[in-house]
Amino acid sequence: MSDRSLQQNEPLLRVIDLLVEFPAVRGQKVHAVSGVNFSLARGETLGLVGESGCGKSSLARAIMQLPRPTSGRVILDGEDLTTVDPVRLRILRSRFQMIFQDPVASFNPFRSVGESIGAPLRTLWGVDEDERTRRVREMMEAVGLDSDQYYRRRPFQLSGGQCQRAGIARALMTEPRLLVCDEPVSSLDVSVQAQIINLLREVKGRYGLSMLFISHDLGVVRNISDRVAVMYLGRLCEVAPCAALYAAPVHPYTNALLAAIPRPDPERPLPEGGFLPGELPSAIEPPSGCRFRTRCPRAQASCSEVQPELREIAPGHLVACHYPLLFGS
Amino acid sequence: MTTTAQRLLVVENLSVSLPAARGEVRVVDRVSLSLERGRTLALVGESGSGKSMLCRAIMGLLPGGARRTGSGRVVFAGRDLGALLERELNRIRGREIGVVLQDPLSSLNPVLTIGRQIAETLRYHLGFSSARARERSIELLRAVGIPRPEERLACHPHQLSGGMRQRVAIAMALSCDPQLLITDEPTTALDVTIQAEILNLLGRLQKERNMAMILVTHDLWVAAGMAHDTAVMYAGRIVEQAPTGELFARMRMPYTKALFDAIPRVDDPPHTNLKAIGGTPPDLAALPPGCRFAPRCPRVQTRCRAEEPPLVANDREDHRYACWFPYPSEDSP
Amino acid sequence: MGRKRGAAFWLPLAWITFVVLCAISASWLPVPSPDQIDWDNLAVKPGVAGHLLGTDTLGRDIASRLLFGARVSLIVGFLAPCIGLVLGCFAGVIAGFYRGLAEKLIVGAIDTFLAFPRLVFLLVFIFVLGASLSNLTIALGILTAPSFARVARANTIRFAGREFVLAAKAIGAGDVAIILREILPNVLAPMLVYMLLVMGFVIVAEGGLGFLGLSVPSPTPSWGGMIAEGREALDETPHVSMIPTAVMFLTVLSVNLIGDRLRGQVDGRESQL
Repeated sequence: MSDRSLQQNEPLLRVIDLLVEFPAVRGQKVHAVSGVNFSLARGETLGLVGESGCGKSSLARAIMQLPRPTSGRVILDGEDLTTVDPVRLRILRSRFQMIFQDPVASFNPFRSVGESIGAPLRTLWGVDEDERTRRVREMMEAVGLDSDQYYRRRPFQLSGGQCQRAGIARALMTEPRLLVCDEPVSSLDVSVQAQIINLLREVKGRYGLSMLFISHDLGVVRNISDRVAVMYLGRLCEVAPCAALYAAPVHPYTNALLAAIPRPDPERPLPEGGFLPGELPSAIEPPSGCRFRTRCPRAQASCSEVQPELREIAPGHLVACHYPLLFGS
Repeated sequence: MTTTAQRLLVVENLSVSLPAARGEVRVVDRVSLSLERGRTLALVGESGSGKSMLCRAIMGLLPGGARRTGSGRVVFAGRDLGALLERELNRIRGREIGVVLQDPLSSLNPVLTIGRQIAETLRYHLGFSSARARERSIELLRAVGIPRPEERLACHPHQLSGGMRQRVAIAMALSCDPQLLITDEPTTALDVTIQAEILNLLGRLQKERNMAMILVTHDLWVAAGMAHDTAVMYAGRIVEQAPTGELFARMRMPYTKALFDAIPRVDDPPHTNLKAIGGTPPDLAALPPGCRFAPRCPRVQTRCRAEEPPLVANDREDHRYACWFPYPSEDSP
Repeated sequence: MGRKRGAAFWLPLAWITFVVLCAISASWLPVPSPDQIDWDNLAVKPGVAGHLLGTDTLGRDIASRLLFGARVSLIVGFLAPCIGLVLGCFAGVIAGFYRGLAEKLIVGAIDTFLAFPRLVFLLVFIFVLGASLSNLTIALGILTAPSFARVARANTIRFAGREFVLAAKAIGAGDVAIILREILPNVLAPMLVYMLLVMGFVIVAEGGLGFLGLSVPSPTPSWGGMIAEGREALDETPHVSMIPTAVMFLTVLSVNLIGDRLRGQVDGRESQL
């Protein structure tokens, strides 16, 4: 707190050894997130990619403290969210907000959209109604929603795209520094999806936000992110600047993901055979060592014994693999 | 095209209406298309474009309330499906027309083993004995790339992953060697690596069996990688149709181009501003008088707001589009 | 939203409105007192001697007794489900929201209660505390609470998993605020519709208790009591039992029809989400 310039250089968010486990049947545990480390600089967008069941949503919720993670630290602006007392956490919540996957379901059908957008002001700061209405209307216009037309509407009377604009407005009401976006465009049509991505990029610049952008769509993530983290079965495989990751993926899993993107070339059909042999292993009993080894084309005996940690192979390019696809090979 | 190739499916002027608050809305409006054996047609569009409803109308499986209107016809292998009895239609569906839907969990019966479900289709349509049905089921599961098919026969749908379930659904659709396979967003619910595998599988099976295939998708790039022909739908109408290569090389109708440009590409540098389509998709109950895309179209002129452009071929016989002021026919970037 | 409701909705509604108006205005209507005995006309058929619906075996005017009996049926039929709704909602929402131990305990209690013979519960309750309108209402209210709790719990679980609840948590809303502001309004709509169905059950239950002599003590008229009083002479003067039976039947049917129709609408709106 004393040295302001030092604080400015500190990353906004640091996630250290984050672990999320849920109870499963017969006393077993689901290892949803197993030791994830990363940091997010001020003004940066980190894309988080992975397939369903990889734990990316669990990671997002753990960062949001919904609920608090099993262990590990989530440090926002120098304060560890996992250990601050509930009163302080409530105050801090204004600084980190979330945008949800299903925009319509993220609004209470019983309340008007305008009222829901203003809820953070009421709950967190106790702003009175007149002031709330004024600020909500302002924010609605800022995200491209006609406030006269939509303030009193119910969420199910809006289209998915309009609801997501409202969701963004709600998240921005308390002027947060961190925005966690959990698949914010995956339920939207292509034409609307582009509007929302552009809007997110715009508000990020205007309000000086940092974003954690979670998606399974590699094209979307590439478009909006500065850096990208790839997640598989609860662990990060590769973290790299956006351009580097797409140009030369180093982890075999990233490589498979990129190869699987449909490309508009009917003359050159998709490569024959599976991109990833076998099935996603169970998160209840994940494979020993490297979790990707059961489906990895490059797996060796040692992969089942030693768990690979993220290591830097080029400036800012981290990979967790014993036998990465090194440049040129 | 070749003169010998018989047209397997001909749809003429097909319209479908749904009841709405006031009167009816046409969710599919005067759609015509044809399909030959061995070819894949992609129907591309956003939600509400009518692409799924068109498929259901072709199969004669419209949801409650929806009905065909006008004088449209669906002719499959020389028979007018609209003139057939429900019983005769049942014989064609499942046997000559196979269907794969977006969510295999809802199309598979959760309380029956997958072996039983495939075998029932075989016994109902082809009169197979149980032993023969089992043998054929194993063959089918192997053909769709399911490892250890003998063991999988005893599984219930919920015991399989999403990708495996979709493979089972494909196996079921193929069980009677259909001439036409209709796939409605078959990979939308799946992860990208699984999507690629399923698309590969569908493409391979279509070639091997010389089936005709209709692929409904919202993803232009899936269409690009899979289909011989692509038809783009907007607000119930086909607005552009051409061989896929031709379509992607020369997009004439502004909606097609706009839809294509709105997709974030992995080849674009990060932070490229996306060319979003302004406005919102049209309300089918209150369509504009002229071209349906006019309110959102970057090239709109006065005429577009007054007259609806017909879907016609102008300079190339196989490239139809509905636009008064199309992009010029030189290669689009 | 503006779907046609049709005659199957409006006719029952008209009947219920009629019954309610009758019950309210019973004292001012030109009918004899419900306890007034017309010694000259015992158990006469409808229309005889100025008795619109005839008299019962004690010579009391059936129309009058129906009007005043409607008060009992409606008070019990409305208040008992209200008690059940409040109790059930509380338990069900707690169970559905907190899950875990609280849920196990509440669900266990519900199952135990439902396994217990209902009639025995009512008999004991009324035997111990005495037969009165309030005791009857409370007993029937407690009886309906477990099924309300089940509905409340199922709906709470459904809504608690929705993203708007997560959104409320993300802005630091406390449990009480989430339950009251986010969950309860959504759970209440299906609960109120369910309440209509329970009202039908309770009106019938009052009738059954009246048959056993456990409803409000005479001479206060109740529909159940009236049906019971006519059973002695069912072969000679069936109208004494049949008229109140028909009125009860129509009322319960109406409540159920309205409930079914409204449930269709609540579900329909839900499926739009």
